[in-house]
Amino acid sequence: MSTLTKNYVELDRLVKAYPNPRGEAVRVVDGFSTKIAQGEFVSVIGHSGCGKSTVLTMLAGLNEVTSGNIILAGKEVDEAGPDRAVVFQSPCLLPWLTAFGNVMLGVRRCYPKATRLERKQLVEYYLSIVGLADAMHKYPKELSGGMQQRVGIARAIALRPKMLLLDEPFGKLDSLTRMDLQETVLKLLDEHRITTMMITHDVDEAIFMSDRVIMMTNGPCAKVGQVLDVPFDRPRHRPDVLGHEMYYDLRGCLIDFLEGQDQRKHGKPTGAPPAKPASRSKDVEQFLELQTPAEVSTV
Amino acid sequence: MKKLKHLLLKALDVAALSVFEPVVRLCYGEDPKAQLNKIGKFIVIPILAFIAFLGIWHVAASNIETKFGSMPTPPVVWAQAKVMVNQVFENMEAKQAFYVEQEQLAQGHETKSAQFAAAAELPKNTAQKEAFLAEAKAQGQLAENARNASYAGTPTIVYRVVHSLKTVFLGFLIATLIALPIGILCGLSPMFMAAASPLIQIFKPVSPVAWVPIAMILVGALYTGTSMEPAMISSAIVVAMCSLWPTLVNTALGVASIDKDHMNVAKVLRLGWWTRLFKIVIPSSLPLIFAGLRISLGVGWMVLIAAELLVQNPGLGQFVWDRFQDNSSAAFGQIFVAVFIIGIIGFLLDRSMIIMQRSVSFDAPVAA
Repeated sequence: MSTLTKNYVELDRLVKAYPNPRGEAVRVVDGFSTKIAQGEFVSVIGHSGCGKSTVLTMLAGLNEVTSGNIILAGKEVDEAGPDRAVVFQSPCLLPWLTAFGNVMLGVRRCYPKATRLERKQLVEYYLSIVGLADAMHKYPKELSGGMQQRVGIARAIALRPKMLLLDEPFGKLDSLTRMDLQETVLKLLDEHRITTMMITHDVDEAIFMSDRVIMMTNGPCAKVGQVLDVPFDRPRHRPDVLGHEMYYDLRGCLIDFLEGQDQRKHGKPTGAPPAKPASRSKDVEQFLELQTPAEVSTV
Repeated sequence: MKKLKHLLLKALDVAALSVFEPVVRLCYGEDPKAQLNKIGKFIVIPILAFIAFLGIWHVAASNIETKFGSMPTPPVVWAQAKVMVNQVFENMEAKQAFYVEQEQLAQGHETKSAQFAAAAELPKNTAQKEAFLAEAKAQGQLAENARNASYAGTPTIVYRVVHSLKTVFLGFLIATLIALPIGILCGLSPMFMAAASPLIQIFKPVSPVAWVPIAMILVGALYTGTSMEPAMISSAIVVAMCSLWPTLVNTALGVASIDKDHMNVAKVLRLGWWTRLFKIVIPSSLPLIFAGLRISLGVGWMVLIAAELLVQNPGLGQFVWDRFQDNSSAAFGQIFVAVFIIGIIGFLLDRSMIIMQRSVSFDAPVAA
């Protein structure tokens, strides 16, 4: 692979405001900024309703940006396009098309010059790498939720996107299926290095999958709270990650932040940083970027 | 064996005849008690209800005297139904006899024609020769006319049913061709919807009877062809004017209420307008479109009878009117037969639309 661009994706002071019934603009997201390197996997974590999905849909071009800029590979992003493939929380498959047909829809769009046979092979390839070689010609209603989501992932990857956007892709799945799919996605990303942003509210998922975890403050006026680097090597194996000495420190760091947000939400005294658990070693501190917890709580 | 059972049950389900499901299950000896219970509730009771209806009808009709004689009771109507069926067979025989006769006539003329042609060879006199040849030609023409003559008996009930069906499908076709594109545009564009809405709301409640004179006058003025009777076209137009609204409104609703997720997929893929239309918009609104088509066909069939009666299109509507003009007790009974025929055909049309509707509807994706 050629040299990776450090600032492949730039989100600069993104603001999303909706008018409330009195016509005043309420800022759901207020000044979300981050930079993502090419091939990096970034998770955005936060409480539900904090506006993390809004950030993703703005990046996808499905939601208008009130102010701020999104730059992907040196180009300003304004509308939705196949260069930013999205996997939604619900699989969003077209129920009148088979798994094959659903993936074909994207392949036909992205390989306009390919022959029929080439396209067919492409669709078969992408479906087989998500483990659906045997269920290609089934309709979504004949597939389980996990399999449907696999089709959604195959459809996204088949677009050969510059960026993959995962909007709580495993949120509706049971925990066994979820672990299965997490591994499938990681394996795919090891083979096809795609810059990825994933929205999640699962701390373990965020640590297991990403290179960096962006913690969002609670909405309204949500923005980047803290950023945590996850220093594990790839390819990742779940037992190695779970068994790593740093794992629980990283996890504790995320949970501390989220709990701190909870306290803020429930009107508990702010200003004081959330109590540092004794377990957090000095080692983890070096992976925390940008703001310190004290700064966050004064927001 | 088990496969056949599964197939039968599925066929019943598709045909919206799941009432008969317990019969199939009973035949396979599956929990006889429960099946008999179901048969009793959902097959025997409806039959009893129908018998009760016939009984009430019989009693009530026996006590009503009209200027056409007493109101026909079920046995009278049944007898008239048989008379009508006999007429169909008699008509078929008469028709056959007619064509045999015509063929004989034609052969007679042909023999004469050949004789004159042969006779024309004999005389030396050219004037006489030409006279014979002319006569031979005239006989040939007569033979041809005899062969081309078509039987013009009074139309039988079968002819009328077929004619009515042709008319209603012509009208339904016109309605669909108008309603689908406009409905899709209305669903896609709120502006188009706003423009079309007043027209829809004004014309939707208009009675078919009001369209009849307009259709007749316009067809009289504009239609110069000969392939179809003007009465049939007028009836079809009236059917179309009244039956296009349910399809139009349902199509617009179906297109406007497409799942937002599906539209997001289209946006991410940046599908072109036509791909979006044929891959996403139309498939996802098909179930509602078919629901609309089904209502339209029902409305069309209902309107058709009135239209035919007024326009004198030789279908079932005209039959009812003819029988009314006949002023006889037998004719009164035949009107009742016509009512049942109209009802049963309407029912069958509706059923066939249900089957089509089911074949295009997809189940919602299974929630994980």
